[in-house]
Amino acid sequence: MKKAAVKKTYWHDPMHVGWPLWIVAGSAVFFLIVPILLLVVMSFGSAEIIEFPPSRFSFDQYRMFFAHPAWQSAVSNSLLVASLTAVVATVLGLMASLGLVWGKFKGKGFMNAFILSPMIVPLIVLGLAYYVSLVKLDLLGTRLGLIIAYTPLALPFTVLPISATLRGFDRRLEHAALNLGANRFQTFMKITLPIIRPGVLTGAIFAFMIAFDEVVIALFICGSDAITLPKKMWDVIRYEIEPMLPAISTLLLLLALVVLLLIGFLQNRLAKRMGNG
Amino acid sequence: MSTLIPKTNGKNQQQRAALRQFLLVLPALIALLLFFVIPIGSIFVKSLFDPDLTFKHYIYFFQNPLYTRVLWITLQISVLATLTSLIIGYPLAYVLRRAKPTVRSGFMMCIVLSFIISLLVRNYSWIMVLQRNGVVNMLLTTLGIVEFPLKMLHNKIGVMVGMTHIFIPYIVFPIYSVMTGIDLSLEKAAQNLGASRWQTFWRISFPLSLPGIGAGALLVFIMSIGFFITPALLGGRKEQMLSNLIQIQVVDLLNWSFASAMSVILLAVTLIIFAFYNRYLGVERLWGGVKL
Repeated sequence: MKKAAVKKTYWHDPMHVGWPLWIVAGSAVFFLIVPILLLVVMSFGSAEIIEFPPSRFSFDQYRMFFAHPAWQSAVSNSLLVASLTAVVATVLGLMASLGLVWGKFKGKGFMNAFILSPMIVPLIVLGLAYYVSLVKLDLLGTRLGLIIAYTPLALPFTVLPISATLRGFDRRLEHAALNLGANRFQTFMKITLPIIRPGVLTGAIFAFMIAFDEVVIALFICGSDAITLPKKMWDVIRYEIEPMLPAISTLLLLLALVVLLLIGFLQNRLAKRMGNG
Repeated sequence: MSTLIPKTNGKNQQQRAALRQFLLVLPALIALLLFFVIPIGSIFVKSLFDPDLTFKHYIYFFQNPLYTRVLWITLQISVLATLTSLIIGYPLAYVLRRAKPTVRSGFMMCIVLSFIISLLVRNYSWIMVLQRNGVVNMLLTTLGIVEFPLKMLHNKIGVMVGMTHIFIPYIVFPIYSVMTGIDLSLEKAAQNLGASRWQTFWRISFPLSLPGIGAGALLVFIMSIGFFITPALLGGRKEQMLSNLIQIQVVDLLNWSFASAMSVILLAVTLIIFAFYNRYLGVERLWGGVKL
């Protein structure tokens, strides 16, 4: 009798997942990705009306996008603002991370929370706040104004990956360099920075993407002179029908793919350097 | 020999090191003070002085049923969006944890891709899918399931679909990262001791994954309270949230002081929830398991 009872004990491999769960998970991924893929299909259709499925194949939407001066200036505004924001935020974030991760001084926890706090402030609040303040500085509708507004927003996204990288860095390497006669600056430039570089670049890419994709603050402060790509897209989605948005969406999907591959590559490099990959 | 290890020994040296490290943080603090704290402070001031010190904007907000109702709708939509993303995100994380590496990385790639692609593109894609002559209605009518196109845009369905689509990755990453830390042999042990699969899940796997659920749900809740884009693009009149009302006050009514007061209220609600989050889960968890 006892033997039968043991045999009846239902042994389930914890790694096994039943088909209902697979269906749920598969549908979830389908739900996440398919609407965007539909846009890709639509982007190769006509440029007069957006249709699905497209009745003919053409690159008209792309051609129109690249020929349109207003869109081109929006793209260049966005690229410039996002790149400069990424540079400023990464420099500030790298310095702050060095101090916060390795430093021993009072108020560190508070400063850390303070630096991460722009992540949780609602964008509409920031939009209004920057409108009210930039008006006084006469910086409304300027690219400088946008960089000022995006730097605090991007800062946490540089500090998080850089801090995580620094925590995995073996400081004995620095001590060795200092012992061999290098000064602190040389040690940082020749030893520390090259090793943590993938983490720093990851932070810079995040900062770039935050600034490149931001629309709510832009609605308030970019005026009519510094229109960014998201702001222009917003206007088109909201107020007019311009049938090249699927093409723009496809290009942004490509950008996302490039970013995904880059970050994956950087994480790999980092894992190898930190010796835990 | 003592110079071999540049460890700080004297108290003086320690203080100098601390000062040096603080000076590294200082530029970020100054930048935040100038470009983050002062601007937010200025709307705080604007909400209180019109032109003399007054609380009338706050009193008006809480006395006017229109605004308290929007506050209520905002909280309602946020709770609903958090729940739907949990209901879809949790099983997804569960399967990811147990899937073969190839399947897992394929799924992960889709999730991360939808996570980094422009927010506007994600919402725009749903307009194309859900609108009157959109993809879903086209399928339903050609298959003869419905006679007339369904209205799925500019109502609650649109907002919920759009927000859930955006929030799922924020739910999946922290839950998945907590799940990878759970030793699966615990489940085997539970089964050895006679627990059924169902019991094993509810008494072992689920409670152990609760920290991930808490982190993801609170993060999504905080984000959705201040949400603006999705209600504006996919919602109707009844789904306008606090953020949308603030924008209307500014753009259409030019009522800066009242918009500022509403912003301060929105910020206060967010901070209260965040304080809760920080107390129980810690800010670092926001970073969750975003690993590729």
